Amino acid sequence: VDQPAVIVAFYVLAILTLGSALMVGLVRDLIHAVLFLILSFVGVAGLYITLSADFVAVVQILIYAGAVSVLMLFAILLTPRSSRDNAGVSYRAPLSVVAGLVGAIVVFVGLQTDWLVSEDERYDETAREIGLALLDPYVLPFEVASVLLVIAMIGAIVLVRPGSEGES
Amino acid sequence: LIGLEHVLVVAALLFSIGLYVALTRRNAVGVLMGIELMLNSVNLNLVGFARFIEAPNPIDGQVFAVFVITVAAAEASVALALAVAVYRLRQTIDVDRLNLLRW
Repeated sequence: VDQPAVIVAFYVLAILTLGSALMVGLVRDLIHAVLFLILSFVGVAGLYITLSADFVAVVQILIYAGAVSVLMLFAILLTPRSSRDNAGVSYRAPLSVVAGLVGAIVVFVGLQTDWLVSEDERYDETAREIGLALLDPYVLPFEVASVLLVIAMIGAIVLVRPGSEGES
Repeated sequence: LIGLEHVLVVAALLFSIGLYVALTRRNAVGVLMGIELMLNSVNLNLVGFARFIEAPNPIDGQVFAVFVITVAAAEASVALALAVAVYRLRQTIDVDRLNLLRW
């Protein structure tokens, strides 16, 4: 991973990710914000690939750039008046100071800590390793995650079902 | 040479941008966008640690990232369903005007 191409790719993807994330906060139209959010998700997936995490990158593209952003587009389109009238922002200056302060503290701590870095090269392919880890040490969280997904799906259906409570 | 610090700095900047988005947006879907950005930065940290940190079983970081993505997907679906349900009731999902529980 120390080839020059990977290093250049890392910096380009980092700039792409951070720039489009910043645009999510700056554009006024929520639809445009979702489009920049998709670009940011794709940039994060590219960063995963430079960190030799190919399976997580594919999952990121499928779930975030594919499913979650489409859900957000649906939610924006189903709430038309709200996305037109209240798309604005409030308290920009003080809250940007707060966010910048939090970011500065995290950067400072991350750079000051003495991490236990290992130099060895790892992971030619991760899908097999992740599959083995999910089925041997992490079976219980895996099953709990499937139960959680079923509960979330049923909850979402019940919440937006026409004729349910709140539809008056 | 890409080191752990580079990943940590990128993730921290992404986290602060996500925090800014979540705090300043008044639309509930916009707030959710900021939360997703923050979750992404945490995942970036986890994958970076899985790549660089000395550990007996370094793939664990990526497994954890997959679990975080799963929970984030469930959270997003429920939150967006809530937004649609609240919009039906109040005709708005402006978080400044949803103050029914405030005294």
